Amino acid sequence: MNMQNCRTVYGETLVQLGRENERIVVLEADLSKTTMTKLFEKEFPGRFFEMGIGEQNMVSVAAGLALCGKIAFANSFAVFAAGRPYDQIRVSVCIGKLNVKIVGSSCGISDFGDGATHQGIEDVAIMRAIPNMTVLSPADGIETKKMVKAAVEYDGPVYIRIPRNDIPDVTDEKQEFEIGRPAVIREGKDVIVFAHGYMVYKALKAADALEKQGISARIVNVSTLKPVDEKAIKKLAEGVKGIVTVEEHTIIGGLASIVAFAMRGSGLPLEAVAIQDCFGQSALSYEQLLEHYGLTDAAIVNAVKKVLK
Amino acid sequence: MAISQEKIKELEKTAKKLRYDIVMMIGAGKPGHLGGSCSIADIVAVLYFHKMRHNPKNLKWPDRDRLLLSKGHAALAQYAALAECGYFPKKELATLKELGTILQGHPEMLRTAGIEAYTGSLGQGLSVACGMAMAGKIDKKDYKVYCILGDGEIAEGQIWEASLTAAFYKLDNLVAIFDKNLVQATGPIVERYDTNPHPEKWEAFGWHVIVIDGHDIRQIADALDEADKVKGKPVTLIAHTVKSKGVSFAEGKAEFHHGIMTQEQFETARRLFED
Repeated sequence: MNMQNCRTVYGETLVQLGRENERIVVLEADLSKTTMTKLFEKEFPGRFFEMGIGEQNMVSVAAGLALCGKIAFANSFAVFAAGRPYDQIRVSVCIGKLNVKIVGSSCGISDFGDGATHQGIEDVAIMRAIPNMTVLSPADGIETKKMVKAAVEYDGPVYIRIPRNDIPDVTDEKQEFEIGRPAVIREGKDVIVFAHGYMVYKALKAADALEKQGISARIVNVSTLKPVDEKAIKKLAEGVKGIVTVEEHTIIGGLASIVAFAMRGSGLPLEAVAIQDCFGQSALSYEQLLEHYGLTDAAIVNAVKKVLK
Repeated sequence: MAISQEKIKELEKTAKKLRYDIVMMIGAGKPGHLGGSCSIADIVAVLYFHKMRHNPKNLKWPDRDRLLLSKGHAALAQYAALAECGYFPKKELATLKELGTILQGHPEMLRTAGIEAYTGSLGQGLSVACGMAMAGKIDKKDYKVYCILGDGEIAEGQIWEASLTAAFYKLDNLVAIFDKNLVQATGPIVERYDTNPHPEKWEAFGWHVIVIDGHDIRQIADALDEADKVKGKPVTLIAHTVKSKGVSFAEGKAEFHHGIMTQEQFETARRLFED
């Protein structure tokens, strides 16, 4: 499988879009070497603004730039991009539907070494709660590229969470990305697994294991977490006997909440693979941490068996 | 060019008219942000009726000067000025805070013609103003961005983050106007949460500081002209003001930060500003 780093793809895509669109400006809070906006800085120093380590000011400044016609990308780690400037995103940006893109890098527990302070596991819940906000989570590098382009084309606030580590390509290069549309990644008939981000790959691995046991799983990439197309979710779940959601995020306010609400009244059993209501911690590898918090293909297999019981 | 005596007289009359509208918008028996709105009325009058380049018929004019109220609760002064300029009919002033009104309790850009942003969650306006000034630099435009702050508001750390931004990016197209009315919602600032000393702080953060009497039209106008001449630095006008200025029974009183006037007080206030 081809591996890509979504941060690098993000940085390269910004540069590419920056060449086509002079309105794009980029703001950073001293993490450009990690979020990879340093690539944009190198090519467009006049449209790149180091804002120092001050995310709240950065977001409101981005709002001011957007009010004068710019498409402003404000960057940090997911935990600092979505959490620290919550009120700035809400008031300075979202009430006025301004053209500010908040990009939360090193999302979920992908910053495995830095521990709980740096692991953004509530960002989707926080960003979804704000009216006018669009919330996106790419499953791989291919989707990251399309998503950033879509964010530029969309006139309004967008939050994108970007994984830190190299992850395998799972989406189809040829498939068009459209904000709001969940996409089937693998067909199946017994059970449906909704996932986003790196967890789409884990779900695919689980589907392989399940296939060997005679269980056919339909895997859906829900890369838009807001707005939610409830009708599409219901339609995708037609004919299955159970539902599983998988997310690298707290179980509160993310994909489990989205799908459970969309499928209310369906009577279908549902299980959620997610970080329970707890903080992360440091580990020496990403996979070790994912395993500790039960975000594995084995856990998805177990969840599937539970809903099919 | 120095402001004429004639213009000063005219602006004094305008400020009086704005205060009259503020009092009428609040009315009797209802709470309203009388104190902070009246303390900035003279400054707002000079900006909209003398200093700023703006056109009520062309809201999106890219070259317009912009005014943001970081202390958004003082919006009544701005609403009165915008109505007087013709951004919207004066009769709208009577609908303040009613369900569905264009005049919200705090400034809302998409609802009110002439309002430039969403402010009033204190501390954010100066950052938004910085972003506008930075865009002006990128686009090589010569518009000015004015931003009114409160002396209670600057307890918000974001103000100081923004002040660093303005100095670092040499935003000489940005003028902060610091409404030093000495009183926050719960009492005198020196007693409740002292944010002094002010000129020293702004200077240390890299700003050109001008100290004025915020109720003296000539001083306000001259300081705004002086600000135009400063290059390579943002400017802050520290305007010494009186909370509820002009409303005799409410001057300097914290209870009129967001106070309720009795019918009698309302009548008194109205008469003070009637022609």
